[in-house]
Amino acid sequence: MSNRVAIVGIGQTTHSGRRPYVNDGELIYDAVTKALADADLSINDMESVMLGNMDLFEGHSLNDAMLNLYSGAAGKPGFKMNTGGTVGSMMAIQGWYHIASGLYDLCLVIGWEKHDEGPATPAISTITDPAVDRPFLVGAIGGLATVSVAYMQRSGCKLEHAAMVRANASQAAARNPNAHMREIYSVEDVMKARMVMYPLNLLMCCPTSLGACALVLASESKAKKISKKPVWMKDHVTVHVEYGGAQFGIGEKRWTSHMEAGAKLFKRNNITKPMKETQVFEMYDPFAFAIPMWLEDFLICEPSEGWKLIEKGALKLEGEYPVSPSGGVLCTNSIGDSALLRVAEAALQIRGDAGEHQVTREVKQALASGFGGSFWSDLLLLSKTMD
Amino acid sequence: MEAVKKEPVLFEGYVIMPYKYSVGSLASKFFIKIRDSKVLSGAKCPKCHMVNFPPRSVCPKCFSKVEELVELSGKGKLETFTIVHYESSVQAVKPPYAIGVIKLEGADTAITHFIGGVDYKDIKPGMKLEPVFKAKRNANILDIEYFQPA
Repeated sequence: MSNRVAIVGIGQTTHSGRRPYVNDGELIYDAVTKALADADLSINDMESVMLGNMDLFEGHSLNDAMLNLYSGAAGKPGFKMNTGGTVGSMMAIQGWYHIASGLYDLCLVIGWEKHDEGPATPAISTITDPAVDRPFLVGAIGGLATVSVAYMQRSGCKLEHAAMVRANASQAAARNPNAHMREIYSVEDVMKARMVMYPLNLLMCCPTSLGACALVLASESKAKKISKKPVWMKDHVTVHVEYGGAQFGIGEKRWTSHMEAGAKLFKRNNITKPMKETQVFEMYDPFAFAIPMWLEDFLICEPSEGWKLIEKGALKLEGEYPVSPSGGVLCTNSIGDSALLRVAEAALQIRGDAGEHQVTREVKQALASGFGGSFWSDLLLLSKTMD
Repeated sequence: MEAVKKEPVLFEGYVIMPYKYSVGSLASKFFIKIRDSKVLSGAKCPKCHMVNFPPRSVCPKCFSKVEELVELSGKGKLETFTIVHYESSVQAVKPPYAIGVIKLEGADTAITHFIGGVDYKDIKPGMKLEPVFKAKRNANILDIEYFQPA
């Protein structure tokens, strides 16, 4: 039986497109000191510190080598990790492992990116098989555009639905002071944006952002002593696959890592009606078709029903099942912290501390997801109570 | 396998990775002082008073935010050194050259930089050094051309 783990401190920087007056370390320090202040703890209380970020996105790898003194990791156990887009959620999960195992009582996990300073597309292209995929599926967008077309083909989802998703996200981000793109767009505005890779136009793709997020995680005994509002990490699932067309989940025998993650998580927690038993979902939604398509893949709604929920307005902040009320990855994508932000924002919703973007439903349980690497999935279930 | 050994297929590629690096809030002031005034400065922690050279905006000793730069004389002592003989595309200058670990007066931490203006056989740990600045400076660490015997 593993130890229970709670989120007891949440910190994030504001997010933006450029911030040349701070360095990577200063960005991280900002999020770390906010998380420690939220937990009312000091860096000396942290038994382990872990850092997540994308290799080469800032033009340097193993960047904890020059950041451990800024993150507070120096002199403590921990490591730097990169699992692509899931790196942030994986940091939360790694923190969970370290506490659930009984090894530590307090861990600090950090995700960050300074996306404007390096070559994201060349860096991300290096993850693919050079002999087979690399010339075609350039950067992150190649795979995401192809799965979007396939989704439109099988479900009846139209470009306009993706535009509705982005318009909704803009309304949400406008209420989140830490979001990067806070401009409000109408469906018509989104439809007029420049095409990048069909069917994804510029506004249907996530931006390149910079920012950092940090969480303080605690064991049950510690959390009960120090925290008035612990958010429990009830369960999580990670599913990996390999890059390549066959693994995108296209065709008759469709299988994706999200489908596997949703099936496992809901079965293990006896969740039969996810839209009732969880009250909000902070989804890693890096392109506008992600929300309808992945609600179906995570088994939260029936196949071909995702875009109908958008038509009904059900996924808005004040809707029946709010998805990404922070504005999501569609409005803020500092990759190394994007998936950790999902966990942080879901936890803020449970605490009732999301401010202007707090959803109107009472939140007892929340979902948070990560997506990236080679179409990998992390799905986390957070809860107000331990059981 | 024998046939493949005769003609294995290799895919040759390259990756272009230009990048920028924001040196940060305090280090920006540090480099501008070198460029404009040929003055070296350290970062002084308001809490534990540790002086970091080159400056850091977070104290490595007590994790406090550091916002103050204190001017240093630039004079220092050679802690240790080596002579570089091999060539690599990432080197800033052509070998052979000497690099030393130098602790400046008033600083609690040391910097690695070039040692010049001296025959390599005369370089000794403990020797006093001073910076030699380039005539044309661009607000980076190579605005100091090297440290020479003082």
